[in-house]
Amino acid sequence: MRGLTIENLSMRFDLPDGGSVQALKDVSLTLQQGELLSVLGPSGCGKTTLLNIVAGFLAPTEGQIVLNGHPVTGPDAERGMVFQQGALFEWMDVRSNVSFGPRMAGKKEAEWAQTVDHLLDVVGLRDFKEKAVYELSGGMQQRVALARCLANDPDVILMDEPLGALDALTREKMQSLVLKLWKETGKTIILITHSVEEALLLGERLLVMAPRPGRIHTEYRLPFADLGVGQDLREVKKHLDFASKREEILSMIWDMEEEIMGRTEEA
Amino acid sequence: MIVFAIYALIFITSFVVVKTLARKAMTDYTALKTVTFGDESAVRPNRIASVISVLTIFLLWGAFTGSKLVPSMLHAPGPFMGDASFNYTAEAEGVAPDDATVTVRVFEVGTDVQPPEIAPGSGWAKNDVDTVGAWRSGLIRVDKNDEYGRDVGHTVTAVNGQPIAPGGEVMTEFGRVGMSPKGTLNFEPAKGWQMEPIWLPPPEAVVARLVEIANEGYRDSTLWEHLGWSLFRVIVGFFFGALVGIPLGYAMGLSDWFRGWFDPIVEFMRPVPPLALIPLVIIWAGIGELGKIILLFLAALWIMAIAARAGVSGVAISKVHAAYSLGASKWQIMRHVIVPNSLPEIFTGARVAMGVCWGTVVAAELVAAEKGAGMMIMVASKFQLTDIVIMGIILIGLIGFGIDILMRLAEKALVPWKGRI
Repeated sequence: MRGLTIENLSMRFDLPDGGSVQALKDVSLTLQQGELLSVLGPSGCGKTTLLNIVAGFLAPTEGQIVLNGHPVTGPDAERGMVFQQGALFEWMDVRSNVSFGPRMAGKKEAEWAQTVDHLLDVVGLRDFKEKAVYELSGGMQQRVALARCLANDPDVILMDEPLGALDALTREKMQSLVLKLWKETGKTIILITHSVEEALLLGERLLVMAPRPGRIHTEYRLPFADLGVGQDLREVKKHLDFASKREEILSMIWDMEEEIMGRTEEA
Repeated sequence: MIVFAIYALIFITSFVVVKTLARKAMTDYTALKTVTFGDESAVRPNRIASVISVLTIFLLWGAFTGSKLVPSMLHAPGPFMGDASFNYTAEAEGVAPDDATVTVRVFEVGTDVQPPEIAPGSGWAKNDVDTVGAWRSGLIRVDKNDEYGRDVGHTVTAVNGQPIAPGGEVMTEFGRVGMSPKGTLNFEPAKGWQMEPIWLPPPEAVVARLVEIANEGYRDSTLWEHLGWSLFRVIVGFFFGALVGIPLGYAMGLSDWFRGWFDPIVEFMRPVPPLALIPLVIIWAGIGELGKIILLFLAALWIMAIAARAGVSGVAISKVHAAYSLGASKWQIMRHVIVPNSLPEIFTGARVAMGVCWGTVVAAELVAAEKGAGMMIMVASKFQLTDIVIMGIILIGLIGFGIDILMRLAEKALVPWKGRI
């Protein structure tokens, strides 16, 4: 079976003072190959924990992740990860960063050179491949991170707020790029974000999570990602449905935030 | 005191003069900042001040040692030289008090001197002559040639008309005349403000000594052997310290067992100054090369281990996670992520370690050595060869500075991303 299944996932951290935090409770989800899922939620709802479990950096206390029929037990090249920032290797130039995965797999340059150079073209960094990564702007660095992930040809790409540190204009361009790459490569993508707009624009499916314990609150299927491929994203945002969905989700998250605040004030 | 006053005066005067003359014409970004007080990044060293600072040190050094490199009009007043004279009034039993003159020839120590020739004069107290070296003092037995000596109660009661008693003194224009508890006069010519060469030789004497030792060597070794041995010890000690310390630091950063095992040892040894280990190292390994290299090894070891451990701890977890997600093995992560990521920390540690090693080797050579920069200045100090001591200190400083410059250049070439992440 192709696809990613999250089965009854629960995660409990024990605290040094004897208490415990239920970061995730009974989260279940199935993603078909090639689906793009965006995950939203107030801080503390366990979305990063969820991503770290799917990546294999954390073992869940209950439940399991199954990818293409086999369970996930640790990090692997089949699940690529794009971080918010600071995950590039400063001691390598752009091209060596992008070719890191193939090189670690022991491939010869002849085997990866074409893919890597093509990806550098796609993300628009052809003229920067000999540059040191610390000489690039934040947006360019994230494009390197995307290309590095794609060069390894993973089945699933996990994105942990990859555009969170970028300015609004760069962010918009990068959103188009993510959509384009998603359509072209047909990868399964899980995107974690703080931005409701970004979640709506990019997510074919959208998951709103609620905190304490971290759980799935509402799930949406959205048309905007398909509309946005090859389109000006600002046109998509003018869509009436887009505005109403945005308001709906925003007030949902506001309600959760208020509930948390209220609970803290009572305590 | 007067030196510091002059120094402060030059500091303030040159500040005022330079600031008035050199209105900055620069218009780069920093020069256009209006808020500079409190903005550390806007404070750049004024290179004119640096040049004046160095020149001032040499000027003061020259002026207060009577250096030939400094025009004599700038010299601080030197010691009195030439013929000094003063009167004394002597009394003896049964005769009237009588006056006589003492003439003292003050000469430069190390040159031949003849006492001045003076007529004995009239009266029972006769004129005296003597010689005293500059910066020294001499007892003058004025009663020796007088007609009535101490056997009949010869006592000096006044110098230049001013009364004097045992333990007292009279200041004359040529210097101080004191009287010992037994009544003998003691002449101390005026010293001026200059330093005596045995305390501080003039710059040209240090240069001359440098040339002499560079050509002829000192204590059976050439200058280059002395400096070369010190450097050799530092490099060998540092090399082995890094060879053991870096892997140890990595192990401590990567394994809880290594961290737990070596933490108490490293944390205990780190604050122990290497100098405190010298006695133990001498007891165990003697004063030969082995002992010194062990000492420098220990000096570098803990610094390098801590630097490597900090380098491993400093690797961003997202980099390690990214590498794992890209399919790297543990060994590949070590080789391609952890080691390069720790290089900036290791270079910082290496710079500190080289500095500490250089200081430690000089100190160890001060204690005991047959060759080395520290040994050279220690032996010289025992013979009051101040010029060699000063020459050695300057060379040690220059080499230490040179080592740091080289390390910085290597750092720039090898870890260009340092501080830019």
